[in-house]
Amino acid sequence: MADEREKIVQVRHLKQYFNIGKPNEVKAVDDVSFDIYKGETFGLVGESGSGKSTTGRSIIRLYNPTDGQILFNGQDISKIKSHGPQMKDFRREMQMIFQDPYASLNPRMKVKDIIAEGLDVHGLVHGEEEREKRVRELLDMVHLNPEHMTRYPYEFSGGQRQRIGIARALAVEPQFVIADEPISALDVSIQAQVVNLMQDIQKEQGLTYMFIAHDLSMVKYISDRIAVMYRGKIVELADSDEIYSNPLHAYTQSLLSAIPVPDPAVEKTRQRIDFDHSKPFSDDQSLQEVLPGHFLYCNAEKAASFK
Amino acid sequence: MEQIPNVPKEKFKFVHDENNAEQEKIGTPSLTYLQDVRRRLFSNKVAVVCLTLLSIIVLISLFAPLVAPHNPNAQQVILSNLPPKLGNLNIPGFNGYQNMGGHMVDAYKQAGAPKGTYYLLGTDYLGRDLLSRIIYGTRLSLIVAVLATMVDLIIGVPYGIVSGWKGGRTDTIMQRIVEIVSSVPNLIVVILMMIILKPGLGSIVIAIAITGWVTMARLIRAQTFQLKEQEYVLAARTLGESSTKIATKHLIPNLSSTIIIQTMFTIPNAIFFEAFLSFIGIGIPAPNASLGTLLSDGQKAFRFLPYQMWAPAIILSIIMIATNLLGDGLRDAFDPQSDD
Repeated sequence: MADEREKIVQVRHLKQYFNIGKPNEVKAVDDVSFDIYKGETFGLVGESGSGKSTTGRSIIRLYNPTDGQILFNGQDISKIKSHGPQMKDFRREMQMIFQDPYASLNPRMKVKDIIAEGLDVHGLVHGEEEREKRVRELLDMVHLNPEHMTRYPYEFSGGQRQRIGIARALAVEPQFVIADEPISALDVSIQAQVVNLMQDIQKEQGLTYMFIAHDLSMVKYISDRIAVMYRGKIVELADSDEIYSNPLHAYTQSLLSAIPVPDPAVEKTRQRIDFDHSKPFSDDQSLQEVLPGHFLYCNAEKAASFK
Repeated sequence: MEQIPNVPKEKFKFVHDENNAEQEKIGTPSLTYLQDVRRRLFSNKVAVVCLTLLSIIVLISLFAPLVAPHNPNAQQVILSNLPPKLGNLNIPGFNGYQNMGGHMVDAYKQAGAPKGTYYLLGTDYLGRDLLSRIIYGTRLSLIVAVLATMVDLIIGVPYGIVSGWKGGRTDTIMQRIVEIVSSVPNLIVVILMMIILKPGLGSIVIAIAITGWVTMARLIRAQTFQLKEQEYVLAARTLGESSTKIATKHLIPNLSSTIIIQTMFTIPNAIFFEAFLSFIGIGIPAPNASLGTLLSDGQKAFRFLPYQMWAPAIILSIIMIATNLLGDGLRDAFDPQSDD
């Protein structure tokens, strides 16, 4: 097991409810716990509305968590004040890459100012010259032409915009980056480009990623470990190879059975496994380590059956 | 199947990388956003014409005491209702002749005006110079318009942004206040004001200040609600940008078209509101002139002395059209995507 590896993020019983106490209360994230190790890519998959984006946004404190702890480098960041100096430090360490490249860049700002926003907030550069130099470096890092920094976002394609978003996140030199479905809005031919770029940068800078997605094949490609979310809970968590070769939860099995295979012979016979959505959870269930490094949301009896 | 020709490797060559980079270079000048806005505005001919027209009108009304040929309130009853006359030039419509019982008569001679008396736009029923009254009247109407716009921008915009941005309980309370304010009709506020203040510019301005910002605040709130969920605003938050900075860097530039369009409604509304109040007699008190009082005076004699209404009506229309077209130009100028 990888227990001796350094944990960068530890999520403990995170709950994120909306409209608490009202008839339309939503338990977007309901008692979720997991660890992310330094330097790995942690994939989070699940269907729309399963709470994966909310989990990401709670961790980066775009929301104030209802309950639970989020330890970042051992420090609990779930309760720190929204506008304190502690928060400002934290904002440098953790960054986010957003889903929609058409909505994540302010249409009224030049690329230069978009990328330099973090530099300005944290006072990382002094003077216009240094600022421009740093922006050039960042554009270069994401393989964009630094000459384009005086352009507006609408002059770029989706893939280019997404790379501008990556440059903006990397400007403050974070340790941990949450990528919230960074490729789902992109053309398939561009997806690989962006994912490879993210992997290259990860190698270069020793970044840790949390990769939120619903494209299972892409998640398998990029992730070291994968957590499967369903209705606000993590139902299964394991190494990516393990989860693909040995899915234990019925929901995971159903998800994996839905991946199309680019081979007509296989496709003809591919059977989808249906998942019964009527009563997915019961009270005696919890997330337990049933095999080494393989967590499953189940009851004690089921867990014992793997021993 | 056709044989693929065997092309030797040497025949291929790399497209030169530098060459490619050279092509990608573009000569966009390094301007800030506001410089870009100004450049786009000045490249719009219609907007420039409107801006010039408005500037001239504003300058004339600013320097009204220097520009006006006569005292706007000085009465000379014997010289009442004289038609326009432009020197001794015999331009139809500007020669001092008037249709009286089917005959064109020199109204100036008939009234016994001293030689060398000219009123460029004629005189009203009390013999006051219409041109001077229009200049002063425009000044007053513009003051009302500018103050109403200021109230919109200084109270309405920040109120809407705070309400939309904070959301939750703050928003609920702020919206209830807006509802209370907007449920009291303007007219009642003005009438109540007149109990405390004398009728005049003061009470009109206060009435506009109390009620005028409501529409702007509502529109801005609704837009802010949409904008604050935009990913670029979330990105700014994850970068640690303060709320004030987010408002000035992200919200206001993206709200600019709403702000401009709403302002374009506020300006004519304010001018008409003042004109309406003056028309029903609780606005600007006599003898002071505003475009509203001039129109209401002119309307009374429109069938016989049409020039008394034409002139203020034309000025009012020019102000309206120019502000509207300038507003259009400004909205485009603030939008980088409208670049040609």
